[in-house]
Amino acid sequence: MQKEELIPKVGVVTEIRQETPDVKTFRVVGTDGRKLFEHIPGQCAMLSVPGIGEAMISITSSPTVEEYMEFSIKKVGVLTSWLHAMETGQEILVRGPYGNGFPVDTTFKGRDLLFIAGGIGLAPLHSVINYVRAKRENYGHIDIVYGSRSKEDLVDLEEITNEWMQEKDMNVYLTIDREEEGWDGHVGFVPNYVQELNFPTTETAVICGPPVMIHFTLQGLKALGFTDSQVFTTMEMRMKCGIGKCGRCNIGDKYVCKDGPVFSFDELGELPDEY
Amino acid sequence: MITRISSEKLPELLQQISEQEKLYIPVDKSDKLSVYEEYAPGKVMSLKLNTLRSAKDFFFPQVQPMAKFRMEGKKIEVMDQRTETEDYCIFGVRACDVRSFDVLDRVFLADPVDTYYEDRRKHATVVSFACSEPSETCFCHSFGIDAAKPDGDARMWIANGNVYLEGITEKGEKLLQSLDLAALGAAADDAAVQEVEAEQQRVHEIQKRMPLYSLKPTDNRDKELEIFNAPIWKELSDKCLGCGSCTFVCPTCQCFDIEDFDSGHGVERYRCWDSCMYKDFTMMAAGTPRKTQLERFRQRFMHKLVYYPIRNDGIYSCVGCGRCLRRCPIHMNIVKVMKAMEEDA
Ligand SMILES: Cc1cc2nc3c(=O)[nH]c(=O)nc-3n(C[C@H](O)[C@H](O)[C@H](O)COP(=O)(O)OP(=O)(O)OC[C@H]3O[C@@H](n4cnc5c(N)ncnc54)[C@H](O)[C@@H]3O)c2cc1C
Ligand code: SF4
Ligand code: SF4
Ligand code: FES
Repeated sequence: MQKEELIPKVGVVTEIRQETPDVKTFRVVGTDGRKLFEHIPGQCAMLSVPGIGEAMISITSSPTVEEYMEFSIKKVGVLTSWLHAMETGQEILVRGPYGNGFPVDTTFKGRDLLFIAGGIGLAPLHSVINYVRAKRENYGHIDIVYGSRSKEDLVDLEEITNEWMQEKDMNVYLTIDREEEGWDGHVGFVPNYVQELNFPTTETAVICGPPVMIHFTLQGLKALGFTDSQVFTTMEMRMKCGIGKCGRCNIGDKYVCKDGPVFSFDELGELPDEY
Repeated sequence: MITRISSEKLPELLQQISEQEKLYIPVDKSDKLSVYEEYAPGKVMSLKLNTLRSAKDFFFPQVQPMAKFRMEGKKIEVMDQRTETEDYCIFGVRACDVRSFDVLDRVFLADPVDTYYEDRRKHATVVSFACSEPSETCFCHSFGIDAAKPDGDARMWIANGNVYLEGITEKGEKLLQSLDLAALGAAADDAAVQEVEAEQQRVHEIQKRMPLYSLKPTDNRDKELEIFNAPIWKELSDKCLGCGSCTFVCPTCQCFDIEDFDSGHGVERYRCWDSCMYKDFTMMAAGTPRKTQLERFRQRFMHKLVYYPIRNDGIYSCVGCGRCLRRCPIHMNIVKVMKAMEEDA
């Protein structure tokens, strides 16, 4: 029979890394040991375990990684707790990829880029940042601002210090919400830090994180002179099918699962304020 | 070509079709209710206007098994539960419900194709049934649907003590050709064509006297935000109970949920109808973006009358079947919404 998008494939979890107290990164391959499917940075996959639940999760690894896919998952409920409790070698169900992804080969190409993430919001940005690093010659200068509640809540800290911070023509600015022993970096909320850093409006920006953080960061960027059309974000809505049919993620004339989750703020401005 | 047989021969016609393929017809359940059932000798076709539940059930059933899983240790086995449907015939579908198939096709057959739906859709031959007595809750006319000349693979009229049959698509022609209509005393002459034309005119005249005849949807595709933010929604949604009845009886409502059921011998994944009228529908960790019934009510009607048309060349996701007018416990309905939108716009 013809392929059915809603029937998942079996994936094997080959590696689990504890990133923060409530975030783990899972490496997944197919039962044949190869990557399950190709994707565009910013796309997601529906992960599930029979009888436990299904959840939409961003693919955090870059498409340029040929061997596997990775997912960074925050423990919030039934399925995510189950995933946090499992061990390597466990099989899970995966379907996708879903969504539009970031316009890495069009709008972003040749541009200076500014990535701003809060908390688990780094998950979808991780993929695009590593993609841009792998195709460094296609993009201009890169700035990254990443903040979390505390030092231990910063996801991927090792990779950020050892790789991102060493990358040429790429600046990484980290911040945590409150002073803390053993932290001599910046302290303060992401939106304020972004404004302090006074980024040039020649950059194309992407913001990912909790709704409040997105809201205030956008205000900050606008105060710096950024326009809605040069700032992108990824949206979260409740999802079931991932392919624009179950109606759950519908906002205005868009389905977040299919037309998104990546939108520019001028696209969002045309939609009813229901997210 | 229009073929005429005596309406006394209708049971024999049904019998003949049922010998070709599985046949479903509307049958009366009470003096007010009819439902689709599989034909069996002796079952009489209902002449009522609309079945309680719409014909979407054939392609998009309330519960659809999707796949089965078996878990053993760390291993998971996926078992595709799909089997190809055999050809079947849905007989006696009204014009509004036939149009609803187009509305659903644009969702389920859009890339990537929903193979559960496609399979049932592809194997069905739809024989529609022209309305002879449109009711006052009917407003298919508002959406450019002709109740006196329904679409489908083949269509049927019952008038003047006769059944008139006309093939429309290749599938419909094939069905008609497979029958022994001559044995039913069939005639296909110019008179049959004229009789059907006269019947159509008669029905159009009745429609003109119906209360909703002049109701027209307003093309609000360029007013998405304006209508969304209009003050009309408070009054319209004030009494809505959020019961979801309107969504379940609606032939074009297509929202669904996906859930797992653990039978003890493996886990079955199925999908089932869901409703945007329910609070849980969009519930997330940080709460739901549609906190009040006003927002959920607005979603249903904005989707049918504004969002869907934006995505689908101006086609509305309502076919004027009137089911929601008859079923809503608080007598709210899409007609009131259309009128409010028109006044506001
Ligand atoms: C496009 C998209 C990308 C996402 N990417 C990631 C990611 O990379 N990493 C990550 O950790 N999480 C991500 N999420 C959120 C993730 O899908 C939810 O946290 C997950 O569904 C919760 O599943 P659960 O079974 O553990 O929780 P449940 O037990 O089902 O519910 C726990 C709580 O989470 C809520 N919830 C259910 N579904 C969602 C949802 N889709 N979004 C938000 N809350 C939900 C429930 O209403 C409940 O309040 C993403 C969500 C979307 C829509
Ligand atoms: S909204 Fe009401 S009248 Fe329109 S198709 Fe649905 S049930 Fe019928
Ligand atoms: S049937 Fe009426 S009360 Fe029930 S959800 Fe629909 S509009 Fe609300
Ligand atoms: S998740 Fe089903 S329509 Fe988007």
